[in-house]
Amino acid sequence: MTDLSRRKLIKTGLAATAGVAGLGVATRIAKSYGLIPPDHGGIWGAGETLNYASYRLLTRHSMAREFPRSQISKRPLENEMAPLNDAFKKLQAGGFADWRLTIDGMVDRPGAFSLDQLKSYPSRNQITQLACEEGWSYVSEWTGVPLSHVLEVAGIQPQAKYVVYFSIDPDWWDSIDMGDAMHPQTYLAYGMNGGELSVGNGGPLRMRVPRQLGYKSVKFITHLTVTDNLKKFGKGLGSASPEGGYAWYAGI
Amino acid sequence: MTPVLFKLPIPSSRSLVPTGYGYVLPDQNGWSRYLHFQSAWLVVFTGFLYVVAGLFSGHFGKSLVPGKGDLSWRAFSKAMVSHVRFERPSAAEAWSYNLLQRLSYLFVIFVLFPLVIWTGLAMSPAFTSAVPATVTLLGGRQSARTLHFFVSVALLVFLLVHVGMVWFAGFRSRMRAMITGRADTSMERT
Repeated sequence: MTDLSRRKLIKTGLAATAGVAGLGVATRIAKSYGLIPPDHGGIWGAGETLNYASYRLLTRHSMAREFPRSQISKRPLENEMAPLNDAFKKLQAGGFADWRLTIDGMVDRPGAFSLDQLKSYPSRNQITQLACEEGWSYVSEWTGVPLSHVLEVAGIQPQAKYVVYFSIDPDWWDSIDMGDAMHPQTYLAYGMNGGELSVGNGGPLRMRVPRQLGYKSVKFITHLTVTDNLKKFGKGLGSASPEGGYAWYAGI
Repeated sequence: MTPVLFKLPIPSSRSLVPTGYGYVLPDQNGWSRYLHFQSAWLVVFTGFLYVVAGLFSGHFGKSLVPGKGDLSWRAFSKAMVSHVRFERPSAAEAWSYNLLQRLSYLFVIFVLFPLVIWTGLAMSPAFTSAVPATVTLLGGRQSARTLHFFVSVALLVFLLVHVGMVWFAGFRSRMRAMITGRADTSMERT
């Protein structure tokens, strides 16, 4: 142990100090570029921040993989869900004619859309994979209106940073940054494999975020809020997922 | 749809997931995923430093790449036999890695670790959107998942054998040597 000379000790100390200072500077830069996820606190914060920051730098303009029609899975797994609430059942009994998607927050024209209204906008199709954090995945064709179109109709304001989306089930809400919200493959989806989107797969209206895992594609969407600050929602972690122990950013 | 080549009987975290077999493990996916990715970053950073330092210092060439004379079946089988017999290395041999060590370390550093990172990234919908070849070259997400599992098992086996051998060679003296970078031969097998 006598080999650990004073000079070495000083050198190591200086290197460690420089490292800590460098980390501080890096954090400040990351913050100003919006590279810090809302669930950056706690013992897993470092890993989460690295995940989200590298995604922001790597995938700014990338498109989720699209598949040929022959690769569509025989059975798009209808995931288990909590019993549907009375509000949902009532709308379902009426054939979802009264289903409304409301939008508020940092938009010039807050309001509500019916399903027919959403379907009257130019529709888009994508054959993409839905992958669950549990490991299973399926490929299916989704039909919907790009979220960006709805946001533009509502007149999104320039200071907007996130879109928060809510399910009719109050336990489910989530949010994405503007990069994902304006991404051409992010849909408000109402159709699957050429037909209506089944209730089991999130019909009548599901958020589809193909560059992230399945749990970001929240079912039964009734409400959107455009914001610059996620602290105001729930426990301030960005979505219901981190409150249940799952990462807000689900691109990996 | 691509037909399934084989299935691994690994439990899922919920009975709903159609695995085709009955076992279910308690769902601990939330924090395990956080832990997994944080550890992955740690491995990537330390691994990067290790490889860069190893290339600059010539560590790989000097200590890991086997000498020309060692790359024969005779040398290989001789090393194998002495390993299986748990023969202790002579004083001279103890100062460098033997052939089996060199080959397995090179395999772990330059094959298994890059593979485990690659197959892992191939399961990320975000990363594969930026670099689709990561997953298409492996034949899709589910194939990548199977390979990721196999490679991680191989790494785990390496770790267990490695620690076992350290134990066999004298746990305390080896740990001390690893931490300080100095071997003290008089402390052997204490």
